Amino acid sequence: MMNQSTSSNLNNKLVVKLVVIVFGMFTFGFALVPLYDVFCDITGINGKTNETAIVYEATDIDRSRLVTIEFITKTTTGMPWAFEAKTKRIQVHPGELNQVEFYVRNPAFRDIVGQAIPSVSPGTAALYLNKTECFCFNNQPLLAGEEALMPMQFYVDPQIPKDVTYFTVQYTLYDVTAAAQKVAEAQAQASE
Amino acid sequence: MSTATDTLHHDEHDEHHHHHIPKGIKRWLFTTNHKDIGTLYLWFSFIMFLTGGAMAMIIRAELFQPGLQIVDPNFFNQMTTVHGLIMVFGAVMPAFTGLANWLIPMMIGAPDMALPRMNNWSFWILPFAFLILLSSLFMEGGGPAFGWTFYAPLSTTYSSDSTALFVFSVHIMGISSIMGAINVIVTIWNMRAPGMTWMKMPMFVWTWLITAFLLIAVMPVLAGVVTMVLTDKYFGTSFFNAAGGGDPVMFQHIFWFFGHPEVYIMILPAFGIISHIIPTFARKPLFGYASMVYATASIALLSFIVWAHHMFTTGMPVAAEMFFMFATMLISVPTGVKVFNWVATMWRGSMTFEVPMLFAIAFVVLFTIGGLSGLMLAITPVDFQYHDTYFVVAHFHYVLVTGAIFSIMAAAYYWLPKWTGVMYDNTLAKWHFWASLVSVNVLFFPMHFVGLAGMPRRIPDYALQFADFNKWISIGGFAFGLSQLIFLALLIKACRKKGEPASAQVWEGAEGLEWEIPSPAPYHTFETPPIIK
Repeated sequence: MMNQSTSSNLNNKLVVKLVVIVFGMFTFGFALVPLYDVFCDITGINGKTNETAIVYEATDIDRSRLVTIEFITKTTTGMPWAFEAKTKRIQVHPGELNQVEFYVRNPAFRDIVGQAIPSVSPGTAALYLNKTECFCFNNQPLLAGEEALMPMQFYVDPQIPKDVTYFTVQYTLYDVTAAAQKVAEAQAQASE
Repeated sequence: MSTATDTLHHDEHDEHHHHHIPKGIKRWLFTTNHKDIGTLYLWFSFIMFLTGGAMAMIIRAELFQPGLQIVDPNFFNQMTTVHGLIMVFGAVMPAFTGLANWLIPMMIGAPDMALPRMNNWSFWILPFAFLILLSSLFMEGGGPAFGWTFYAPLSTTYSSDSTALFVFSVHIMGISSIMGAINVIVTIWNMRAPGMTWMKMPMFVWTWLITAFLLIAVMPVLAGVVTMVLTDKYFGTSFFNAAGGGDPVMFQHIFWFFGHPEVYIMILPAFGIISHIIPTFARKPLFGYASMVYATASIALLSFIVWAHHMFTTGMPVAAEMFFMFATMLISVPTGVKVFNWVATMWRGSMTFEVPMLFAIAFVVLFTIGGLSGLMLAITPVDFQYHDTYFVVAHFHYVLVTGAIFSIMAAAYYWLPKWTGVMYDNTLAKWHFWASLVSVNVLFFPMHFVGLAGMPRRIPDYALQFADFNKWISIGGFAFGLSQLIFLALLIKACRKKGEPASAQVWEGAEGLEWEIPSPAPYHTFETPPIIK
C-alpha cells in the first residue's frame, strides 16, 4: 500500500500535468485567432479579400467568358455618410484590369474618418478578386460636408473556376474616428 | 459488484482519534470534508436553480400575452441572459460537482477528494461569482443583456457598462469548474481502492472522469473568449471588430468550440446517474457496461468536431455545412447505444417504481425527445427555418431540464437517504414528480409548435397567432416553478432528519461501495481502503 508522501507526490505530478493542459488550452483559445485568419486566407471562405495592393501583371485575358460582379454598399449604425457604388454591376473578362468608383459624402457637422471593409459572397470567389488599388486599404477622412469619389481597381484572376460566373462585393463603412485619433496621438507621441 | 469487507468496524474504531466536527459557520467556511463541500455545492445549486427559475417566471409572465406589459425589453433581455447563465453555470454544473464530491470518494473507496483544500476554494469562490453577476443587474444601464452566448458585437459594441463584471464573474466560474475538474481527475486517478480497475469503476465515476477532461479542455477557451470580449470592449483591440480587421463570426467559432463540449459537460454525469438508478430498480446489472464507457468517451471526442452546427446560417461553404451536419448526426449513434442499454436493462427486470426510478424513466423518454429534436436541428437545410426560434428553445430545455435537471433530482432522491439517514417524505416526492412531469411538458412541448411556426426566441413580444400556445406555455411554466417548492419542502424535512431511518443499503437492488457504509454516511469513510474482489 502507498504511504502518505508517495501518494501526495503522485497527486502533485498529476496536478502539474493537468494545469499545463489548462494553460495550453487557454493559449490555444488565443491561437485560434491567427489560425482562423490563416485558414480563411488559404480557403477564402469568410469572403475576405486582399488587404494590401496586388501588383497587376499583364496576364492572358480570358475573352471566352464573362464574370458578372455586383457592388453593394452599407453603412453601420452611427455612421452618417452617404455611400454608394457608382457602378452597381459590371461584366468583366477574367484577367482584364477594371476600375469602379464609389461616392461618399459626409453630411454631418463634424469631420469623420471612415473605414470600408469588403466582403465577397459567395466566399469562394474572394480568392480570385485581386485589388490593385482600393479605398479600403486605408482610413478615409472626410471633413464636415465634404464629398468624394473613391476609386477601386481590380482584376479577376483567370484561374477563377468556370462555375463562378456571378459574385457580389459588399463594402461596409465604419466610423473609426475615435480609433484613428488614438492611433494619430500614439504616433505623435512616438515621434516626439 | 464489489464488497468492502473490513471497512465498517474500522470506521467505528477510527472515530476515536478524529477531532470532532467544528460547529457553526466555521465548519462550512473552512471545511475540507468532501461530504460537507458536496452539501454546500448542492444547496448552492438549488438556490441558484430557484433564482434562475424566478427569472424564467418573469420571462413567462411577460410572454403570457402578446404585447409589452410587465417589463421593458431591455430588462427582458437581461432576464433571458442571466437566466441562462445562472442555470448553466450556477445550477446544473455545481449540482453535478456537488454530486461528484459526495459520491466519487464513496464509490471508489477513498477517504476524501485528493485535494481537499483546493476543493474548499473551488466552492467558496462560486458565491462571489454569482454575487458579482447578480449585482450587475442593479447597475445603471443594467446587467448583461446579450444572451448567455454573448455574441460579439452585442457583447462588445452594444453592451452596457456592466460587461466587465460579467466577464469577471465568468472568469471566476471557470476557475472554480477547472479546480473542481482537476480534483475529480486526481481523485479518480490516484485514490481508487485496491482492486478497483478502470473497467470496474461505477458508471457515475466514469462519466465524471470524462466530463472533467472536457472541463479542463474547454473552460480555458471560454476564459480566453471572454477576455477577448473584455479587451475589445475596454482596451481597443479588434478581435471581433470588422472595422479593425477582426471578424465577428470568429467569436462564434471560438465560443462554440467551448460551447458544444459544454453541452456534454452538462449531460454526461446525468448518463452516469441514470446508469446507477435503472439497474437498482430493475434489479438487474447494467446492460452493456463496457459499451456505456466507450459510448461516453466517443460522445466526448465527437463533441469537439461539431461546434459549427450552431452556426449554419452564418454563410459557411456547403462542404463545411455537410461535414458538421454528418458529424453531429454521428453523435446520435453512441447516444442511441446508451438509450438502448437503459431500455435493455429494464427489459424483463423486476421493476419497481420508487421516485428515483420515476425520474430516471422520465429522463430516458424525455431526453430522447430532446435528442430527436436535436437530430432535426442538425439537418442543415431545415435548420435555416428552425434557427433562433422557439423550436431551439424547446430542444435544449428538453435535454437540460428533463435531461440534466431530472437526472439531478433522480440522484437527489436516490442518494438522499444515504446522505441524511432518513427516507424522504414519499407523498411529497410523488407529488413533486407528477406535478413536475405534467407541467414540464405543458411548458416545453408547445414550444416545438410555435417554433416551427416561426416564433423567434429572445423577443419580449410576439405575433397574435402565437397567443394561445404561449398562454399554455406560461401556465405550464408557473406550475413547474411552483412544483419545485414541494421539492424544497421535502429537502428541508429530510435535512431535519424527519422520516423513517434508512438502512445501509437503502434500496433492495442497490449495489456499490456507497451502500455498504451506514446511513447517514459517517463524516469520515474508507479511512482504510476496502478491498475490491
